[in-house]
Amino acid sequence: MSELLRIEDLHVSFKTDDGMVRAVDGVSLTLNAGETVAIVGESGSGKTVTSLSVMGLHKKGQAQISGSISLSDHGVFKDVVNLNDEEIRDIRGRAVSMIFQDPMSSLHPYYKIGNQLAEGYLVHNPGKKKEAMARAIEMLDLVGIPEPAKRAKEFPHQFSGGMRQRVMIAMALMNEPQILIADEPTTALDVTVQAQILALLSKLKKEFNMGILLITHDLGVVAQVADRVNVMYAGRIVEEGPVDDIFYSPLAPYTLGLLKSVPRVSKNNERLKAIPGQPPSLINLPVGCPFAPRCEYKQHSTESGCNTTRPELLGTSPTHRSRCHVPEKLRNELFAAELKELQA
Amino acid sequence: MFKFIGRRAVFAAVTILIVSAVVFAIFSFLPFDPASLTCGQRCTDQIVEANRIRLGFDKPIYEQYWLFLSGIFAGRTYGSGSAAFTCPAPSFGYSFNENACVTDMIREALPITISLAVGALILWLIVGIGLGIVAAKFKNRWPDTSSSVFVLLATSLPTFVTGLALLIWVSIKWKWVPLSLQGYTSLFDNPFKFIEYFILPWITLAIAYAAIYTRFTRAALLETLGEDYIRTARAKGVGERVVFFKHTLRAVLAPLITLAGLDFAGLIGGAIITETIFNLPGLGRLTLRSVYEFDLSVVLATTILAAVVVIVMNLIVDMLYAVLDPRVRIT
Repeated sequence: MSELLRIEDLHVSFKTDDGMVRAVDGVSLTLNAGETVAIVGESGSGKTVTSLSVMGLHKKGQAQISGSISLSDHGVFKDVVNLNDEEIRDIRGRAVSMIFQDPMSSLHPYYKIGNQLAEGYLVHNPGKKKEAMARAIEMLDLVGIPEPAKRAKEFPHQFSGGMRQRVMIAMALMNEPQILIADEPTTALDVTVQAQILALLSKLKKEFNMGILLITHDLGVVAQVADRVNVMYAGRIVEEGPVDDIFYSPLAPYTLGLLKSVPRVSKNNERLKAIPGQPPSLINLPVGCPFAPRCEYKQHSTESGCNTTRPELLGTSPTHRSRCHVPEKLRNELFAAELKELQA
Repeated sequence: MFKFIGRRAVFAAVTILIVSAVVFAIFSFLPFDPASLTCGQRCTDQIVEANRIRLGFDKPIYEQYWLFLSGIFAGRTYGSGSAAFTCPAPSFGYSFNENACVTDMIREALPITISLAVGALILWLIVGIGLGIVAAKFKNRWPDTSSSVFVLLATSLPTFVTGLALLIWVSIKWKWVPLSLQGYTSLFDNPFKFIEYFILPWITLAIAYAAIYTRFTRAALLETLGEDYIRTARAKGVGERVVFFKHTLRAVLAPLITLAGLDFAGLIGGAIITETIFNLPGLGRLTLRSVYEFDLSVVLATTILAAVVVIVMNLIVDMLYAVLDPRVRIT
């Protein structure tokens, strides 16, 4: 498997009137060709900020970015953090594409679908107007839009939400990028349409041998399509590992909390188990583990490290690591009991 | 489309009829005798009565209104015999003070007002949208700050101050532009004279409106720049210049045109202050003079004309909007 993207120790902070917001605080992850890597977390955990950094879409002067984002431009690796505007623009839509959460507002209301698609091709292949339009129609066909030649002449408001997300996917793939970032691609869609879009993404991933970086808060979506998962909390990855490990033997208390809060049809008489408390302010993070104030397992920590030091990303397995002061063996026992209860 | 225009035309006709009836009624219920106004210092009851009959003020209001309406389509003759005065259709009444048909008076004044409004419109659109673009592009930097100083000054200075200032400095002190005393020259007869005649009034009007358009354009552009579809364009690899001048500006165009259409309609009714300062014999000054002199038939006609222009411009703007915004379907 060839590596497409390697993010190392990425820090992104924003200056606000109240102080520096550390939206992303030392994130490292990799993405290989042919796999789907998910970033999971609640609102404000830094997942979208991470993905926008890969696209270089943060506003100049507002975001302070450090670390490295090494990205394969069809075999040639480039560090997005150090590229100038023109170099980043050249990568966007060609080496890496992005689809967004809300297909309703992500398409320009005044331009025809075909032209919006063709523009993405023309930007990187100037002057080839005929080819661009032909490719636009071809891509619309590929993402399952019936009568693509006719629909290319229509405006976004004439498409349903699911169809618009298909259009967004077609647009992202106009230049056959190797990396696709999908930022909550199904959040704004009906459940049945969600499944169709996810199936489409999986199919296209195989066809184009892409790597997909999937940003979501929906564990159901993760279980369906992800190969590896990064769970983010307060700007950091608190657990990373293969998808089965994350669901069947989670190591971070926060991941367990997320799993417990998923509604289940079989237990319709029970109240949902929400994680108590609120995510911390990213301006003044607590000195210790950012999750400590909400953590049920704090008392199992051998030293009283939870309130004083930040846990490192560690694990007995090299592929499955987490941040927690509670010894991993003890966590395995404690969580196993909880998971059994969940699956019952 | 044609169905839409047809239905809107019927609505427009009904609205205009109501407006004319209301204006007519207001003037009829004013607490003075219109016939007595037609009489000079040596007034006798006989003259008043004769004029009353000649101008139709002896008839009941509804009949007067009917005569007014039918005059528009059939023309109207005032008095009889040697004193008869005929205004051919479309007749909007007879001005006793000027001894002229109101239609002819409007026909003379209208080109001046239209020239004033169109020129000012072009000028303020260029300046307003241009400054708005600059301000949005350089948000919070010196071009933006300077443009907001202009906006503040221009909105707080009334037209009679800017107009008089221009007149005093540019025309009288520096003598760059001659005082517009020689009278109106049509654009088609002598374009240079035409521009010379109108340049200061245009600037006066345009300054006030350009400020509003600068602010509007800036705000609309900045709002649009935050839209998701602008982020999509950037994600495609579209350059910043195209993002701004194509994707963003395009979205701002439709509301701008709406605003311009309605402001333009308002100006056709007469830019009273500007026309008065620069001594332009346009509709605004005609209306003002008629109000002072209680020349009610003229006031009636210009009021209805202003209403018609607003209604028609609304219709045009609605149709333009449907052309500019594909989401708007007119049925």
